[in-house]
Amino acid sequence: MQLPEIDALILEMARQIKPHLTAESALVGIHTGGAWVAEKLSELFDVPLPFGTLDISFYRDDFSRIGLHPQVKPSHIPFEVEDRHIILVDDVLNTGRTIRAAMNELFDYGRPASIRLAVLVDRGGRELPIEAQIVGAHLKLAAAQNIQLNRGESGRLSLSLHEKTA
Amino acid sequence: MHKNPQLNKHGELQHLLTIDGLPAATLRHILDTAESFLNIAEREVRKVPLLRGKAIFNLFFEPSTRTRTTFEIAAKKLSADVINLNIGTSSQSKGETLLDTVNNLSAMQADMFIVRHSESGAAHLIARHVEPHIHVVNAGDGRHAHPTQALLDMFTIRHYKQDLTRLRVAIVGDMLHSRVARSQIHALTTLGVPEVRMIGPKTLIPTCAERMGVQVYHDMEKGLKDVDVIIMLRLQNERMRGALLPSAQEYFKYYGLTAEKLALARPDAIVMHPGPMNRGVEIESSVADGVQSVILSQVTFGIAVRMAVMSILAGSEGGEQ
Repeated sequence: MQLPEIDALILEMARQIKPHLTAESALVGIHTGGAWVAEKLSELFDVPLPFGTLDISFYRDDFSRIGLHPQVKPSHIPFEVEDRHIILVDDVLNTGRTIRAAMNELFDYGRPASIRLAVLVDRGGRELPIEAQIVGAHLKLAAAQNIQLNRGESGRLSLSLHEKTA
Repeated sequence: MHKNPQLNKHGELQHLLTIDGLPAATLRHILDTAESFLNIAEREVRKVPLLRGKAIFNLFFEPSTRTRTTFEIAAKKLSADVINLNIGTSSQSKGETLLDTVNNLSAMQADMFIVRHSESGAAHLIARHVEPHIHVVNAGDGRHAHPTQALLDMFTIRHYKQDLTRLRVAIVGDMLHSRVARSQIHALTTLGVPEVRMIGPKTLIPTCAERMGVQVYHDMEKGLKDVDVIIMLRLQNERMRGALLPSAQEYFKYYGLTAEKLALARPDAIVMHPGPMNRGVEIESSVADGVQSVILSQVTFGIAVRMAVMSILAGSEGGEQ
Protein backbone atom coordinates (compact mmCIF):
# COMPACT_ATOMS: atom_id res chain seq x y z
CA MET A 1 0.00 0.00 0.00
CA GLN A 2 1.30 3.43 -0.96
CA LEU A 3 1.35 5.67 2.15
CA PRO A 4 0.77 9.40 1.68
CA GLU A 5 3.47 12.07 2.12
CA ILE A 6 3.16 13.76 5.51
CA ASP A 7 3.92 17.31 4.34
CA ALA A 8 1.02 17.25 1.87
CA LEU A 9 -1.33 15.92 4.56
CA ILE A 10 -0.34 18.63 7.01
CA LEU A 11 -0.83 21.35 4.38
CA GLU A 12 -4.27 19.92 3.66
CA MET A 13 -5.09 20.00 7.39
CA ALA A 14 -3.94 23.64 7.62
CA ARG A 15 -6.14 24.55 4.64
CA GLN A 16 -9.17 23.04 6.41
CA ILE A 17 -8.33 24.71 9.73
CA LYS A 18 -7.81 28.25 8.35
CA PRO A 19 -11.46 29.31 7.90
CA HIS A 20 -12.17 28.46 11.55
CA LEU A 21 -9.33 30.42 13.13
CA THR A 22 -10.19 33.18 15.58
CA ALA A 23 -8.23 35.23 18.09
CA GLU A 24 -9.21 32.62 20.69
CA SER A 25 -7.93 29.58 18.79
CA ALA A 26 -5.24 27.26 20.16
CA LEU A 27 -3.69 23.94 19.13
CA VAL A 28 -3.42 20.98 21.48
CA GLY A 29 -1.50 17.91 20.31
CA ILE A 30 -1.84 14.46 21.90
CA HIS A 31 1.43 12.74 22.87
CA THR A 32 3.39 11.69 20.97
CA GLY A 33 2.42 11.74 17.29
CA GLY A 34 -0.35 14.32 17.68
CA ALA A 35 2.10 16.69 19.36
CA TRP A 36 4.50 16.38 16.39
CA VAL A 37 1.69 17.15 13.92
CA ALA A 38 0.39 20.07 16.02
CA GLU A 39 3.89 21.53 16.22
CA LYS A 40 4.23 21.45 12.41
CA LEU A 41 0.74 22.92 12.01
CA SER A 42 1.48 25.76 14.42
CA GLU A 43 4.16 27.05 12.02
CA LEU A 44 1.83 27.23 9.01
CA PHE A 45 -0.42 30.15 9.94
CA ASP A 46 0.17 33.90 9.52
CA VAL A 47 -0.23 34.44 13.25
CA PRO A 48 1.47 31.81 15.45
CA LEU A 49 -1.11 29.79 17.39
CA PRO A 50 -0.71 28.97 21.09
CA PHE A 51 0.35 25.34 21.29
CA GLY A 52 0.04 22.77 24.07
CA THR A 53 0.46 19.03 24.52
CA LEU A 54 -1.57 16.40 26.37
CA ASP A 55 -0.45 13.03 27.72
CA ILE A 56 -3.68 11.13 28.30
CA SER A 57 -2.15 8.29 30.38
CA PHE A 58 -4.07 9.31 33.52
CA TYR A 59 -7.37 9.33 31.59
CA ARG A 60 -7.18 6.09 29.63
CA ASP A 61 -10.08 3.64 29.90
CA ASP A 62 -7.81 0.56 29.84
CA PHE A 63 -5.76 1.40 32.97
CA SER A 64 -7.32 -1.44 34.98
CA ARG A 65 -6.44 -3.88 32.19
CA ILE A 66 -2.95 -2.86 31.16
CA GLY A 67 -1.79 -0.52 33.92
CA LEU A 68 0.04 2.74 33.66
CA HIS A 69 1.84 3.57 30.44
CA PRO A 70 5.59 3.04 31.04
CA GLN A 71 6.55 6.48 29.75
CA VAL A 72 4.18 9.14 30.96
CA LYS A 73 5.10 12.67 29.91
CA PRO A 74 3.75 15.75 31.66
CA SER A 75 0.89 17.49 29.90
CA HIS A 76 1.76 21.07 29.07
CA ILE A 77 -0.97 23.63 28.34
CA PRO A 78 0.66 27.09 28.54
CA PHE A 79 -2.60 29.06 28.07
CA GLU A 80 -6.06 29.35 29.63
CA VAL A 81 -8.40 26.69 28.23
CA GLU A 82 -11.49 28.56 29.48
CA ASP A 83 -13.42 30.02 26.49
CA ARG A 84 -10.79 28.93 23.93
CA HIS A 85 -11.58 27.46 20.53
CA ILE A 86 -9.40 24.37 20.78
CA ILE A 87 -8.14 22.44 17.78
CA LEU A 88 -7.32 19.01 19.17
CA VAL A 89 -4.71 17.25 17.03
CA ASP A 90 -3.86 13.55 16.81
CA ASP A 91 -1.93 11.46 14.31
CA VAL A 92 -4.29 8.52 13.76
CA LEU A 93 -8.02 8.34 14.53
CA ASN A 94 -9.16 4.78 15.12
CA THR A 95 -11.51 3.69 17.95
CA GLY A 96 -12.00 7.23 19.29
CA ARG A 97 -11.03 6.18 22.84
CA THR A 98 -7.91 8.37 22.91
CA ILE A 99 -10.01 11.39 21.90
CA ARG A 100 -12.56 10.71 24.65
CA ALA A 101 -9.72 10.61 27.19
CA ALA A 102 -8.16 13.78 25.76
CA MET A 103 -11.44 15.69 25.95
CA ASN A 104 -11.93 14.61 29.56
CA GLU A 105 -8.45 15.84 30.41
CA LEU A 106 -8.95 19.16 28.56
CA PHE A 107 -12.07 19.89 30.59
CA ASP A 108 -10.03 19.53 33.79
CA TYR A 109 -8.09 22.60 32.59
CA GLY A 110 -11.24 24.65 31.99
CA ARG A 111 -14.35 24.92 29.82
CA PRO A 112 -13.37 25.50 26.20
CA ALA A 113 -15.72 27.45 23.92
CA SER A 114 -15.41 24.65 21.34
CA ILE A 115 -13.25 21.70 20.37
CA ARG A 116 -12.55 20.66 16.76
CA LEU A 117 -10.77 17.40 16.07
CA ALA A 118 -7.98 17.42 13.48
CA VAL A 119 -6.25 14.15 12.50
CA LEU A 120 -3.54 13.28 10.04
CA VAL A 121 -5.13 9.93 9.15
CA ASP A 122 -8.64 8.60 9.78
CA ARG A 123 -8.37 4.84 9.50
CA GLY A 124 -11.95 4.01 10.55
CA GLY A 125 -12.84 1.43 13.21
CA ARG A 126 -14.70 3.72 15.60
CA GLU A 127 -16.01 2.31 18.88
CA LEU A 128 -17.36 5.65 20.15
CA PRO A 129 -19.48 8.38 18.54
CA ILE A 130 -16.51 10.62 17.76
CA GLU A 131 -15.66 12.17 14.38
CA ALA A 132 -12.91 14.44 13.09
CA GLN A 133 -13.82 17.74 11.39
CA ILE A 134 -10.36 18.08 9.86
CA VAL A 135 -8.80 15.05 8.18
CA GLY A 136 -5.51 14.80 6.24
CA ALA A 137 -6.42 11.48 4.61
CA HIS A 138 -8.93 8.64 4.96
CA LEU A 139 -7.25 5.21 4.73
CA LYS A 140 -9.00 1.86 4.63
CA LEU A 141 -6.96 -0.57 6.72
CA ALA A 142 -7.61 -4.14 7.80
CA ALA A 143 -8.38 -4.51 11.51
CA ALA A 144 -5.13 -6.47 11.94
CA GLN A 145 -3.04 -3.57 10.61
CA ASN A 146 -1.52 -0.75 12.65
CA ILE A 147 -0.49 2.56 11.15
CA GLN A 148 2.14 4.51 13.02
CA LEU A 149 3.70 7.96 12.76
CA ASN A 150 7.48 8.07 13.20
CA ARG A 151 9.90 10.96 13.58
CA GLY A 152 13.42 10.65 12.24
CA GLU A 153 16.46 12.35 13.76
CA SER A 154 16.14 15.33 11.40
CA GLY A 155 12.55 15.83 12.60
CA ARG A 156 11.10 14.36 9.40
CA LEU A 157 7.77 12.62 9.90
CA SER A 158 6.76 9.42 8.09
CA LEU A 159 4.02 6.80 8.28
CA SER A 160 4.59 3.07 8.52
CA LEU A 161 2.32 -0.01 8.51
CA HIS A 162 2.67 -2.94 10.94
CA GLU A 163 0.78 -6.14 11.57
CA LYS A 164 -0.79 -6.00 15.02
CA THR A 165 0.88 -8.28 17.53
CA ALA A 166 -1.55 -10.18 19.71
CA MET B 1 17.76 -16.72 42.40
CA HIS B 2 16.32 -14.80 45.31
CA LYS B 3 12.93 -13.41 44.38
CA ASN B 4 12.08 -9.87 45.32
CA PRO B 5 8.69 -10.01 47.08
CA GLN B 6 7.88 -6.55 45.72
CA LEU B 7 7.96 -7.53 42.05
CA ASN B 8 5.49 -9.70 40.12
CA LYS B 9 6.48 -12.27 37.50
CA HIS B 10 6.75 -9.54 34.85
CA GLY B 11 9.18 -7.57 37.02
CA GLU B 12 6.53 -4.92 37.74
CA LEU B 13 6.19 -3.32 41.13
CA GLN B 14 3.41 -5.13 43.00
CA HIS B 15 4.12 -3.76 46.50
CA LEU B 16 6.48 -1.04 47.69
CA LEU B 17 8.09 -2.34 50.88
CA THR B 18 11.72 -1.25 50.75
CA ILE B 19 14.14 0.44 48.37
CA ASP B 20 16.70 -2.28 49.02
CA GLY B 21 16.90 -4.56 45.99
CA LEU B 22 14.84 -2.44 43.59
CA PRO B 23 16.47 -1.79 40.21
CA ALA B 24 17.47 1.78 39.32
CA ALA B 25 15.05 1.67 36.37
CA THR B 26 12.12 1.08 38.74
CA LEU B 27 13.14 4.04 40.91
CA ARG B 28 13.53 6.27 37.85
CA HIS B 29 10.14 5.17 36.51
CA ILE B 30 8.53 6.29 39.78
CA LEU B 31 10.36 9.64 39.73
CA ASP B 32 9.51 10.27 36.06
CA THR B 33 5.85 9.45 36.64
CA ALA B 34 5.78 11.79 39.65
CA GLU B 35 7.02 14.55 37.33
CA SER B 36 3.77 14.22 35.34
CA PHE B 37 1.65 14.52 38.48
CA LEU B 38 3.38 17.70 39.61
CA ASN B 39 1.63 20.14 37.28
CA ILE B 40 -1.87 18.82 38.04
CA ALA B 41 -1.78 21.24 40.97
CA GLU B 42 -1.86 24.16 38.51
CA ARG B 43 -5.04 23.10 36.72
CA GLU B 44 -8.62 24.06 37.44
CA VAL B 45 -9.47 20.48 38.45
CA ARG B 46 -6.61 19.29 40.63
CA LYS B 47 -7.23 15.59 40.33
CA VAL B 48 -7.18 12.81 37.74
CA PRO B 49 -9.65 9.90 37.42
CA LEU B 50 -7.01 7.15 37.41
CA LEU B 51 -8.02 5.26 40.59
CA ARG B 52 -11.74 6.00 40.49
CA GLY B 53 -13.61 3.28 42.37
CA LYS B 54 -10.51 1.93 44.16
CA ALA B 55 -10.48 1.76 47.95
CA ILE B 56 -7.23 2.70 49.66
CA PHE B 57 -6.91 1.99 53.38
CA ASN B 58 -4.46 4.01 55.45
CA LEU B 59 -3.50 1.55 58.19
CA PHE B 60 -1.60 3.48 60.81
CA PHE B 61 -0.58 1.33 63.75
CA GLU B 62 1.76 4.14 64.82
CA PRO B 63 0.70 7.79 64.81
CA SER B 64 1.87 10.10 62.01
CA THR B 65 0.13 13.21 60.79
CA ARG B 66 2.20 14.28 57.82
CA THR B 67 2.78 10.93 56.16
CA ARG B 68 -0.85 9.87 56.59
CA THR B 69 -2.11 13.21 55.29
CA THR B 70 0.11 13.25 52.20
CA PHE B 71 -0.92 9.67 51.35
CA GLU B 72 -4.54 10.70 51.79
CA ILE B 73 -4.16 13.78 49.58
CA ALA B 74 -2.31 11.73 46.95
CA ALA B 75 -5.02 9.06 46.91
CA LYS B 76 -7.76 11.68 46.64
CA LYS B 77 -5.97 13.42 43.76
CA LEU B 78 -6.10 10.04 42.00
CA SER B 79 -9.88 9.93 42.70
CA ALA B 80 -9.59 6.89 44.98
CA ASP B 81 -11.74 6.44 48.07
CA VAL B 82 -9.63 6.74 51.21
CA ILE B 83 -10.36 5.14 54.54
CA ASN B 84 -8.17 6.20 57.47
CA LEU B 85 -7.71 3.78 60.33
CA ASN B 86 -5.68 4.56 63.40
CA ILE B 87 -5.47 1.03 64.63
CA GLY B 88 -3.31 1.57 67.66
CA THR B 89 -6.36 2.88 69.40
CA SER B 90 -8.96 0.30 68.37
CA SER B 91 -8.75 -3.37 67.49
CA GLN B 92 -5.13 -3.99 68.48
CA SER B 93 -5.86 -2.87 72.01
CA LYS B 94 -8.74 -5.36 72.02
CA GLY B 95 -6.28 -8.16 71.25
CA GLU B 96 -6.88 -8.70 67.53
CA THR B 97 -3.78 -9.85 65.66
CA LEU B 98 -2.30 -7.89 62.76
CA LEU B 99 -3.37 -10.49 60.20
CA ASP B 100 -6.89 -10.71 61.61
CA THR B 101 -7.19 -6.96 61.21
CA VAL B 102 -5.96 -7.20 57.62
CA ASN B 103 -8.34 -10.09 56.83
CA ASN B 104 -11.26 -8.05 58.08
CA LEU B 105 -10.27 -5.04 56.05
CA SER B 106 -9.71 -7.15 52.93
CA ALA B 107 -13.27 -8.40 53.33
CA MET B 108 -14.29 -4.73 53.09
CA GLN B 109 -12.99 -4.78 49.50
CA ALA B 110 -9.72 -2.97 49.89
CA ASP B 111 -7.51 -2.49 46.82
CA MET B 112 -4.47 -1.08 48.59
CA PHE B 113 -3.07 -0.86 52.11
CA ILE B 114 -0.77 1.95 53.18
CA VAL B 115 0.89 0.58 56.32
CA ARG B 116 2.73 2.36 59.12
CA HIS B 117 3.85 0.15 62.00
CA SER B 118 6.36 0.34 64.84
CA GLU B 119 7.59 -3.21 64.14
CA SER B 120 10.11 -3.78 61.36
CA GLY B 121 8.71 -6.15 58.74
CA ALA B 122 5.00 -5.48 59.39
CA ALA B 123 4.32 -4.35 55.81
CA HIS B 124 6.19 -7.40 54.43
CA LEU B 125 4.07 -9.69 56.57
CA ILE B 126 0.88 -8.10 55.28
CA ALA B 127 2.08 -8.20 51.66
CA ARG B 128 2.81 -11.93 51.93
CA HIS B 129 -0.59 -12.56 53.37
CA VAL B 130 -3.03 -10.52 51.26
CA GLU B 131 -4.85 -11.70 48.15
CA PRO B 132 -2.97 -11.12 44.89
CA HIS B 133 -5.05 -8.17 43.72
CA ILE B 134 -4.26 -6.15 46.86
CA HIS B 135 -1.20 -3.88 46.87
CA VAL B 136 0.77 -2.84 49.94
CA VAL B 137 2.83 0.32 50.49
CA ASN B 138 5.17 0.51 53.44
CA ALA B 139 4.74 3.96 55.02
CA GLY B 140 7.41 3.24 57.63
CA ASP B 141 8.10 0.05 59.60
CA GLY B 142 10.10 0.17 62.83
CA ARG B 143 13.76 0.90 62.18
CA HIS B 144 13.65 -0.83 58.82
CA ALA B 145 12.43 1.25 55.87
CA HIS B 146 10.42 4.26 54.71
CA PRO B 147 10.62 3.95 50.93
CA THR B 148 8.27 6.75 49.86
CA GLN B 149 10.18 9.25 52.02
CA ALA B 150 13.42 8.19 50.33
CA LEU B 151 11.81 8.47 46.90
CA LEU B 152 10.51 11.98 47.55
CA ASP B 153 13.97 12.92 48.77
CA MET B 154 15.48 11.59 45.53
CA PHE B 155 12.84 13.54 43.57
CA THR B 156 13.80 16.70 45.48
CA ILE B 157 17.52 16.20 44.89
CA ARG B 158 16.96 15.51 41.19
CA HIS B 159 14.71 18.57 40.92
CA TYR B 160 17.39 20.92 42.28
CA LYS B 161 20.59 19.16 41.16
CA GLN B 162 19.51 17.28 37.97
CA ASP B 163 22.47 14.89 37.62
CA LEU B 164 22.76 12.58 40.66
CA THR B 165 25.96 10.95 39.48
CA ARG B 166 28.17 13.91 40.41
CA LEU B 167 26.91 14.62 43.89
CA ARG B 168 28.25 14.52 47.41
CA VAL B 169 25.39 13.92 49.84
CA ALA B 170 25.69 14.12 53.65
CA ILE B 171 23.10 12.59 55.99
CA VAL B 172 23.37 14.01 59.51
CA GLY B 173 22.00 12.62 62.74
CA ASP B 174 20.61 9.46 64.28
CA MET B 175 21.08 6.75 61.70
CA LEU B 176 20.81 3.95 64.23
CA HIS B 177 17.08 4.36 64.75
CA SER B 178 16.27 5.87 61.36
CA ARG B 179 14.31 3.93 58.75
CA VAL B 180 14.47 7.10 56.66
CA ALA B 181 18.30 7.09 56.55
CA ARG B 182 18.43 3.40 55.63
CA SER B 183 16.05 3.88 52.70
CA GLN B 184 17.84 7.06 51.60
CA ILE B 185 21.21 5.32 51.48
CA HIS B 186 19.82 2.48 49.34
CA ALA B 187 18.14 4.96 46.99
CA LEU B 188 21.19 7.22 46.69
CA THR B 189 23.57 4.36 45.92
CA THR B 190 21.13 2.67 43.52
CA LEU B 191 20.72 5.92 41.57
CA GLY B 192 24.48 6.29 41.25
CA VAL B 193 25.35 9.02 43.79
CA PRO B 194 29.14 8.53 44.07
CA GLU B 195 29.67 9.84 47.59
CA VAL B 196 27.31 9.42 50.53
CA ARG B 197 28.50 10.61 53.93
CA MET B 198 26.99 9.78 57.28
CA ILE B 199 27.63 12.29 60.04
CA GLY B 200 26.76 11.65 63.68
CA PRO B 201 27.98 10.56 67.10
CA LYS B 202 29.44 7.05 67.47
CA THR B 203 26.47 5.96 69.57
CA LEU B 204 23.99 6.75 66.77
CA ILE B 205 25.78 5.27 63.77
CA PRO B 206 25.45 1.50 63.34
CA THR B 207 28.59 -0.55 62.89
CA CYS B 208 27.33 -1.77 59.52
CA ALA B 209 27.26 1.78 58.06
CA GLU B 210 30.47 1.42 56.10
CA ARG B 211 29.32 -1.87 54.61
CA MET B 212 26.35 0.03 53.14
CA GLY B 213 28.84 2.07 51.10
CA VAL B 214 28.83 5.29 53.12
CA GLN B 215 31.72 7.27 54.57
CA VAL B 216 31.33 7.87 58.29
CA TYR B 217 32.25 11.19 59.92
CA HIS B 218 31.98 12.02 63.61
CA ASP B 219 33.21 15.57 63.08
CA MET B 220 30.40 17.52 61.39
CA GLU B 221 32.70 20.28 60.17
CA LYS B 222 34.85 17.80 58.24
CA GLY B 223 31.84 15.89 57.01
CA LEU B 224 30.03 18.90 55.53
CA LYS B 225 33.00 20.14 53.53
CA ASP B 226 32.05 20.63 49.87
CA VAL B 227 28.81 18.63 49.96
CA ASP B 228 25.98 19.40 47.49
CA VAL B 229 23.11 18.09 49.60
CA ILE B 230 22.62 18.02 53.38
CA ILE B 231 19.90 15.76 54.74
CA MET B 232 19.16 16.36 58.40
CA LEU B 233 17.48 13.55 60.31
CA ARG B 234 15.01 14.09 63.08
CA LEU B 235 16.42 13.47 66.53
CA GLN B 236 13.80 11.46 68.32
CA ASN B 237 13.38 12.87 71.78
CA GLU B 238 12.80 9.46 73.29
CA ARG B 239 16.43 8.57 72.45
CA MET B 240 17.53 11.23 74.83
CA ARG B 241 16.34 9.21 77.81
CA GLY B 242 18.83 6.38 77.30
CA ALA B 243 22.56 6.73 77.59
CA LEU B 244 22.95 7.43 73.88
CA LEU B 245 23.01 11.22 74.16
CA PRO B 246 23.83 13.68 76.92
CA SER B 247 21.29 16.44 76.15
CA ALA B 248 19.60 18.34 73.34
CA GLN B 249 21.86 21.35 73.94
CA GLU B 250 24.96 19.19 73.74
CA TYR B 251 23.69 17.52 70.56
CA PHE B 252 22.96 20.86 68.91
CA LYS B 253 26.47 22.06 69.72
CA TYR B 254 28.08 19.16 67.84
CA TYR B 255 25.53 18.06 65.26
CA GLY B 256 22.99 20.88 64.89
CA LEU B 257 23.03 22.57 61.48
CA THR B 258 23.86 26.25 61.93
CA ALA B 259 24.56 28.94 59.34
CA GLU B 260 28.29 28.71 60.13
CA LYS B 261 28.38 24.96 59.52
CA LEU B 262 26.25 25.27 56.40
CA ALA B 263 28.86 27.67 54.98
CA LEU B 264 31.32 24.74 54.85
CA ALA B 265 29.20 23.00 52.21
CA ARG B 266 29.13 24.11 48.60
CA PRO B 267 27.54 27.56 48.21
CA ASP B 268 24.62 26.08 46.24
CA ALA B 269 24.06 23.18 48.65
CA ILE B 270 20.45 22.37 49.53
CA VAL B 271 19.20 21.56 53.03
CA MET B 272 16.61 18.83 53.50
CA HIS B 273 14.70 17.41 56.47
CA PRO B 274 11.99 14.71 56.49
CA GLY B 275 10.06 16.50 59.26
CA PRO B 276 8.84 17.11 61.81
CA MET B 277 11.78 19.35 62.73
CA ASN B 278 13.14 19.99 66.20
CA ARG B 279 14.25 23.60 65.81
CA GLY B 280 17.25 24.30 67.96
CA VAL B 281 18.06 20.60 68.37
CA GLU B 282 19.13 19.30 64.95
CA ILE B 283 18.64 22.48 62.93
CA GLU B 284 18.84 26.22 63.60
CA SER B 285 15.64 28.12 62.73
CA SER B 286 17.41 30.55 60.39
CA VAL B 287 18.74 27.58 58.37
CA ALA B 288 15.40 25.75 58.32
CA ASP B 289 13.76 28.89 56.91
CA GLY B 290 16.75 30.03 54.86
CA VAL B 291 17.22 30.27 51.09
CA GLN B 292 19.05 26.95 50.88
CA SER B 293 16.25 25.07 52.64
CA VAL B 294 14.01 22.96 50.38
CA ILE B 295 12.10 21.39 53.26
CA LEU B 296 8.66 22.62 52.20
CA SER B 297 9.26 21.57 48.58
CA GLN B 298 9.88 18.07 49.93
CA VAL B 299 6.33 18.03 51.30
CA THR B 300 4.82 19.17 47.98
CA PHE B 301 6.90 16.69 45.97
CA GLY B 302 5.90 13.98 48.44
CA ILE B 303 2.33 14.13 47.17
CA ALA B 304 3.35 13.70 43.51
CA VAL B 305 5.73 10.85 44.39
CA ARG B 306 3.05 9.01 46.40
CA MET B 307 0.59 9.47 43.51
CA ALA B 308 3.17 7.87 41.22
CA VAL B 309 3.74 4.94 43.58
CA MET B 310 0.03 4.27 44.05
CA SER B 311 -0.80 4.49 40.34
CA ILE B 312 2.09 2.25 39.31
CA LEU B 313 1.14 -0.36 41.93
CA ALA B 314 -2.58 -0.23 41.11
CA GLY B 315 -1.77 -0.75 37.44
CA SER B 316 0.45 -3.78 37.96
CA GLU B 317 -0.96 -7.22 37.51
CA GLY B 318 -1.37 -9.24 40.70
CA GLY B 319 -0.90 -12.96 40.94
CA GLU B 320 1.64 -15.62 41.64
CA GLN B 321 5.25 -14.60 41.36
